[in-house]
Amino acid sequence: MTDGRALVALRDASKSYGEVRALRDGNIALGAGEVRALMGENGAGKSTLVKVLGGVIRRDTGEMLVDGAPVDFHSPHDARDAGIAVIYQEPTLFPDLSVAENVVMGYHPLGAFNRIDRGAMHRRVRELLERLGVHLDPERPVRGLSIADQQIVEIAKALSFDARVLIMDEPTAALSGPEVERLFAVVRTLREHGAGVLFISHRLDEVFTICDTVTVMRDGAVVHDARIADMTPDEMVRRMVGRELSALFPKQDAEVGEPVLRVDGLTREGVFFDVGFEVRAGEIVALAGLVGAGRSEVARAIFGVDRPDAGTVEIGGRRLRAADPKAAMRAGIAFVPEDRRQQGLVLDLSIARNTALTRLGALARAGLIRKSAEQKLARDWGSRLQLRFHRLDDAAGTLSGGNQQKVVLAKWLATEPQLLIIDEPTRGIDVGTKAEVHRLMSELATRGLAVLMISSELPEVLGMADRVLVMHEGRITGELSRAEADEESVVRLATGQADLEAA
Amino acid sequence: MATATAPAEGARARRLTEFVFRVRELGIVVALVLLILVTAILEPRFVEADSLRNLAVNASIFAILAAGQTLVIITRNVDLSVGSVLGLSAFMAGDLLSSHPGLPWPAVLVLGMALGAACGLLNGVLVTFGQVPALVVTLGTLYAFRGLAFLWTNGRQVNAETLPDSFLGIGTNSVLGIPILVLIALVVVLVVGQWLRDFRAGRELYAIGSNPEGARLAGVRSDRRVLTAFVLAGALAGLGGVLFTARFGTVDATAGTGYELTVIAATVVGGVAIFGGTGSVYGAALGALLLGTITSSLIVLRVEAFWQQAAIGALLLLAIAFDRFVGLRVDAALRRRSARRAG
Repeated sequence: MTDGRALVALRDASKSYGEVRALRDGNIALGAGEVRALMGENGAGKSTLVKVLGGVIRRDTGEMLVDGAPVDFHSPHDARDAGIAVIYQEPTLFPDLSVAENVVMGYHPLGAFNRIDRGAMHRRVRELLERLGVHLDPERPVRGLSIADQQIVEIAKALSFDARVLIMDEPTAALSGPEVERLFAVVRTLREHGAGVLFISHRLDEVFTICDTVTVMRDGAVVHDARIADMTPDEMVRRMVGRELSALFPKQDAEVGEPVLRVDGLTREGVFFDVGFEVRAGEIVALAGLVGAGRSEVARAIFGVDRPDAGTVEIGGRRLRAADPKAAMRAGIAFVPEDRRQQGLVLDLSIARNTALTRLGALARAGLIRKSAEQKLARDWGSRLQLRFHRLDDAAGTLSGGNQQKVVLAKWLATEPQLLIIDEPTRGIDVGTKAEVHRLMSELATRGLAVLMISSELPEVLGMADRVLVMHEGRITGELSRAEADEESVVRLATGQADLEAA
Repeated sequence: MATATAPAEGARARRLTEFVFRVRELGIVVALVLLILVTAILEPRFVEADSLRNLAVNASIFAILAAGQTLVIITRNVDLSVGSVLGLSAFMAGDLLSSHPGLPWPAVLVLGMALGAACGLLNGVLVTFGQVPALVVTLGTLYAFRGLAFLWTNGRQVNAETLPDSFLGIGTNSVLGIPILVLIALVVVLVVGQWLRDFRAGRELYAIGSNPEGARLAGVRSDRRVLTAFVLAGALAGLGGVLFTARFGTVDATAGTGYELTVIAATVVGGVAIFGGTGSVYGAALGALLLGTITSSLIVLRVEAFWQQAAIGALLLLAIAFDRFVGLRVDAALRRRSARRAG
C-alpha cells in the first residue's frame, strides 16, 4: 500500500519524552480493506504510534496523512471526526456510568429537542453487544465488570460509529476463543466494507489468521514492513526481538535453598482466588499473565498494602500479619512496585533522600536525620548498583528510567531483605539498562535472595525465571519449570486455554 | 464470561443500583420528614403553613447555588467562590435598582447572571487552560471577588427603602400560594437536573468526573465542558445574588459570606461524590433543604448556636460515612456477581 492511496499514513514520525525516544522512523500506511498487524515487544513503541494516530499525543516531527492529505490532530476528538476509532490498552471506561453510556459517550442517540433517546441508546448497544456475541446488560454500571467484559465494552465503544479506520491495541488479551472468533468476524465485515484495521496482538496465531500485512517495530522504530503471506512466525519473532534471548537475560545458576515465602489460599474477593505458592532462597520465580490477571494485586496483598479476605503469608516459616506493610518490611520483604514514578519514588526528593527513605529509623540520631548519613548510604548503594547520576542532591525525577529503578532497588536493598518482590522490573527502561537490571537481579539471587518477579514481557519471564507461575482471571492456572516454559505454554495458560491438569 | 443467564443477572444488578440510587435521595427525604416530625412534636408551631413556607423560601437560594455546585463537583472540581460571586451580584442588583428604579427586574436578573457567568468564566479559564487545581483557583477568587465587592461598595449599604416594590415582591410574593423564590428554585433545579440527566453535555460532565483521561480518549472535549460547568455555576450564583437582594432588601459587601461551605455541605449531603462522577442536582437541592431545616428546627427548639454548627458537621460526616458504606457494599456485590459469571 503506497501512502497516496492510504486511508491513514505516518511518514518519518518521531516522539520523545525527555531523554527517552519512544518513537522514531514512524512509517506506516493503512489502506482500504487492509488488516495490518503491528508487532513488537513491549516498549517497542507500538502504543506510542497508536496514540499519535489517535490524536492523543502530538508527534514531534514527521507527517500524518488522511486520504493523502496532511492533517494535524489536536485531540482524540479530531481523530474521531476523521473516522479513526481506537481501542487503547489502558482502561478508558467510566465506572460510574452504565455500559450503554460508556459505549456511546459523546455520541448519544438523540430524540426530540436533542434529548438523549435512552430507548434507542440501549437498543443500539444491545444489538452491538449481541453482534459481539455477549449478553451484557447495557443498563448495568461498568463498575465491577470482569476484565474480559470490560474489554468487550471497549470494543463496542470503538465499533459504535462507522469508523473507516479501526485501531486495536491488544483487543484480544483477555478474551476467550469464541469471543475472539466473533471479534474477527466483525473485523472481516469491516474489511469487506472498505475499512482499514490496525491490529496489535501478542498472539502470533491470531495475526496470521486475520491480518494481510504486518509492520514490525523494535526499540521505537519501524524495522520491517511485509505481506503476511511472505512471513513465517519464526521470522516475525526474530525481527521483533532482533537478538538472541540468552544474550539479553544472563540468569546465572544459583543454589536454591530453604523456602523463604509461602503463600497459602490467598483470596481477595473478586480480584484473586486461592493463590498458593512458595519462593525459595536463591530462586527467581516469575508471576506471568495478562494485564489485569491479578498479579500485582497478589503482590500488594503479600506486602500488606491490601487486606486479603482469606489465606496466609509466611516468611521463613513465620506467619505474617495481614495488611501491615511495616511488619512485612521487618520480616524482610522488599517491594518494588509497578509504577515507579507514582509509587516507587518521591520524584521531587533528592536521590539521597529517596535511598534513605526505608532506613530513616536507623539513620536518625535523637530523632533527627543527619544528611551525612543519608549521603553515605546513597553513595555506597549507588556505587554497588553502578548508579549513574550527577549529584546525590539532584531530584530523583531527573534520572533516566533505568537509573530511577536502581534508586528504588537501592532503597529496598538497604533494608537487607530476604525476599524481593519486583513488579515489572524493566518497564520503560531502555535496552542497555534493562540488561543491567537483569544482571543485578540474577546477582542478588546467587547471593541467596528470594525473588518474586511480575512481568508482562515474555522474553524477560522466559530468560530470568527458574519457575513460572501463570495467572488468569485471578487464579494460578499453572506452574512451569524453566525447561517447560516457552512462549506457547505461558500464553496458553495466561489466556485460560488450558487449566492446571492439562499443563 | 457472559453466559445465557446474563440478562437475569444484569437485571438484578440494575435493580440493585437503581435501588441504591433511589435510596440515596429517599434517604434525605426520610431524614427530612423525621426531623420535621420530631420538631413538630416538641414544638407544634413548627409545622404551621407560614413556618413551612419560610423553610422552603430560606432553602431556595441555597438550592440554586447547590445546583450550580453540583455541575462543578461532578467534573471532579469544586467552586469555592460562589459566596463571593453572590455578594458581588447582590450588591450590583441593589446598587443598580437604587439608582435606576425604573429598570425592569428581569433585566436585573439577566445582568446578575451575566456578572456571575463572567466570574465563572474566569474560574473556568484558570482551571482548564491554566491547569491550576480548582481548589486553589476558586480559593483565590473567593478572596478576590470579595475584595472587589468591598472596593465597589466603599462602605455603602443598599437599603430596602431605596428599592422598587415590584423587585422586593420577588422575595415576598406568592403565586397560587407558592412563594416566587421557591418557584424559581424549582425551575432552576428541574432545568439543570434534566440537562444533566438527558443531554450529551450533561452526561459528559459525569464521564469527565468518572475518568478524566478516559473522557479525553473518548473524544469528549473536556476543557470546554468543565468551562461550561464553571460558567453555569457562576451564573447561578449571580442569580442567587439578585434573589438575595430581593429577599433581604439590605445588602452590603459581606452578603453571602461563608455560603460556599454551606452549599458544598448541602451538595455532599445530597449524595454528590466530592471526587466526581456521581450524584444529582435533585439530591443536592434536597441536601440544601435538609441543612436549612436542621438550622430552623434547632432555632425553634432554642438550641444554642454552637450546636447548630455541630449538627451540620455531624450530618455531613454521617452522609459521607453512609456513601462510603453503600459504595463498598455495592462494589462488593457487583464484583461478586462478575466473579461468578467469570467462573
